[in-house]
Amino acid sequence: MVEFALPANSRVQPGKVFKAGAGAKRIKLFKIYRYDPDSDANPRLDTYEIDLDACGPMVLDALLKVKNEIDSTLTFRRSCREGICGSCAMNIDGTNTLACLKPIADIKGDAKIYPLPHMPVVKDLVADLTVPYAQLASIKPWMQTQTAPPPDGERLQSPEEREKLDGLWECILCFCCQTSCPSYWWNGDRYLGPAVLLQAARWIHDSRDEFTGERLDALEDPFKLYRCHTIMNCTTVCPKGLNPAQAIGSIKRKLIERTA
Amino acid sequence: MTLRSPLGRARGLGSAKSGVGHHWAVIVTAVGLVPLSLWFVTSLIGLVGADYAVVRGWLGQPLNTALFLLTVLMVVHHAQLGLQVVIEDYVHGEGAKMASLIAVRLGAALLAVAMTVSILKVAFGV
Repeated sequence: MVEFALPANSRVQPGKVFKAGAGAKRIKLFKIYRYDPDSDANPRLDTYEIDLDACGPMVLDALLKVKNEIDSTLTFRRSCREGICGSCAMNIDGTNTLACLKPIADIKGDAKIYPLPHMPVVKDLVADLTVPYAQLASIKPWMQTQTAPPPDGERLQSPEEREKLDGLWECILCFCCQTSCPSYWWNGDRYLGPAVLLQAARWIHDSRDEFTGERLDALEDPFKLYRCHTIMNCTTVCPKGLNPAQAIGSIKRKLIERTA
Repeated sequence: MTLRSPLGRARGLGSAKSGVGHHWAVIVTAVGLVPLSLWFVTSLIGLVGADYAVVRGWLGQPLNTALFLLTVLMVVHHAQLGLQVVIEDYVHGEGAKMASLIAVRLGAALLAVAMTVSILKVAFGV
């Protein structure tokens, strides 16, 4: 059956407290999930007091401050710090989002930060995304054609055809949506999940791709596609404002279209 | 433990090439049940306080018999499709899953036949 509680060795314990230095006036508590794979200890929630007057405005700034000035053992992924690489996806204040795009000011009370939910944890805030990456590869996220490209230029698309890709191409593959989906939590081994299905839709709706039918064939499956029950967590959390639920709906409509 | 590659696991057994039929059936029964439920509830309200003979007379009219049968059969079908999804979502042991899916289908079939017989019996007054 589905597991609704964490296994005993994954239950989060209270952790250490790192006090802010004397003179700090605007203190905010950051409670951060810590897990060290090299020890047998359970994960813990460490508390860091951050002086907001000496910290940048985003959650990523606070994490970097912890890493640089307070506790260098804290591990997290980050790269672009401007919402385009998708590396710093994590669960902040109960919602999956990008640390670099989440203003600290938007968090009421203590800032609780966990890794992306329901994924194996590599260390601290780093989730193991091996399975979603493999699922992405399984839908062949590249253009497939039989016709050779024009010798003198690119494959052309009308402005209307190009418009159909708006809301799909912008995905940065941070997997905030994927790991917010209860259906993906319960059946992540067989359900492809919102991020991967949005990518599938991106190629299904591309007028230049010549393998639409094969793509639909590969998705017509009670588990790969139809585990989506339009829960809409994916759309709620997407830090880029995309709508994976609508993209999945468009695939379902295409499948009905070709039978009716 | 498995040493199978992540891509091998993601591809799994491949696509079942089915699911659109189930999805379409859920939509059709849901859409159909909107007017049927309204008709059913309105009719029941109209029959509040009526005795058995009046209800039998109402049900004996061909249109009412047909619509009532259609309503209960679509409810059972819709419920069976929904329960199937719930089981597939939450029951992960292959044995328990298969047993539950078979039980739901047989149970739905039994319910459909039993309700059909009951409705026809009352409608025809046998």
